[in-house]
Amino acid sequence: MQFFGGSEISPSPPAPTATGNNVHMMYIFNRNGVCLFYREWNRPLRTLNPQQDHKLMFGLLFSLRSFTAKMDPTSTDKGNLGVPQLPGQGCSFHSFRTNTYKLSFTETPSGIKIILVTHPRTSDLRDSLKYIYNLYVEYVVKNPLYSPGTPIRCELFNTSLDQYVRSIS
Amino acid sequence: MPPAGPRSGDAIFASVERVNAELFTLTYGATVRQLLTDLEEVEEVNKQLDQMGYNIGIRLIDEFLAKSNISRCVDFKETAEVIAKVGLKMFLGVNATVTNWDAEGTCCSIVLEDNPLVDFVELPDTCQGLHYCNILSGVIRGALEMVSMKTEVTWLRDMLRGDDTFELQVKLLKQVPEEYPYKDDE
Repeated sequence: MQFFGGSEISPSPPAPTATGNNVHMMYIFNRNGVCLFYREWNRPLRTLNPQQDHKLMFGLLFSLRSFTAKMDPTSTDKGNLGVPQLPGQGCSFHSFRTNTYKLSFTETPSGIKIILVTHPRTSDLRDSLKYIYNLYVEYVVKNPLYSPGTPIRCELFNTSLDQYVRSIS
Repeated sequence: MPPAGPRSGDAIFASVERVNAELFTLTYGATVRQLLTDLEEVEEVNKQLDQMGYNIGIRLIDEFLAKSNISRCVDFKETAEVIAKVGLKMFLGVNATVTNWDAEGTCCSIVLEDNPLVDFVELPDTCQGLHYCNILSGVIRGALEMVSMKTEVTWLRDMLRGDDTFELQVKLLKQVPEEYPYKDDE
């Protein structure tokens, strides 16, 4: 029995075997912090109730965005930490990785934030996020029965998203 | 792999699905005609067209951003150029220019070289106060509001009223920064 040491202190999860198991969950937020959409494909562990979970995730992104802009060593004009920014202002981050998951993030100038949580070994997902934004435009924004700013309940969006997410490796 | 850069209006216009402009023009004409019948007051019709445009604009902005790959809209000068060169080209197939900047850079004019909405249209004497294309100003206002810019959009020149071109004045009132939406005690 071994308590400490070893090559890996906290082992990463086994690499996904088949396709379709890479993506854990996805969030879409609007600029007002409303969670428009949440879906999970592979999430064995839940520690918070959904409402707290969404709020925490939004808060994390909001702080990280402000933090990355403030820490940026290349831009001279960055304002103060915590001072509100316009969407698209300052630099932004597009992903971070822990030993058990990777979080990819995109934000459009209209304030739509799309978050994908995947296996840590997934590659750059910026194009995938862009593709999902296109799905959102086609099946949600163009759906006249959907009123902007409310949670998304569009069957066609769900099915096409499921289909696409299975192809992400 | 860096994200692809913004695409030009011509490239997008060439790649998106299109309908015959005449179908669009006549549908719009039927809408305006119906509003005139329903509301009777020309001023009310202007207001209604603007509101309809606003509702279109707040949705259309996402389609625009998705198809044009534009990633930031912070600088108002740049934004006005993008509306004229990319937006109007992509959705209406028209060319437009940006002129008449004021000293502070918060007010400019977008001049349309042509306007497909007014094909086959003549304003009768009873409708002289009508801004026939008022839907366009609503669209621009709604779309800009979604990228944090509160604007006021007014028609300065209108060919239907005897001017030589179409001129829209876009005035930036305020840029609204993104605030943390929750209170601490929630």
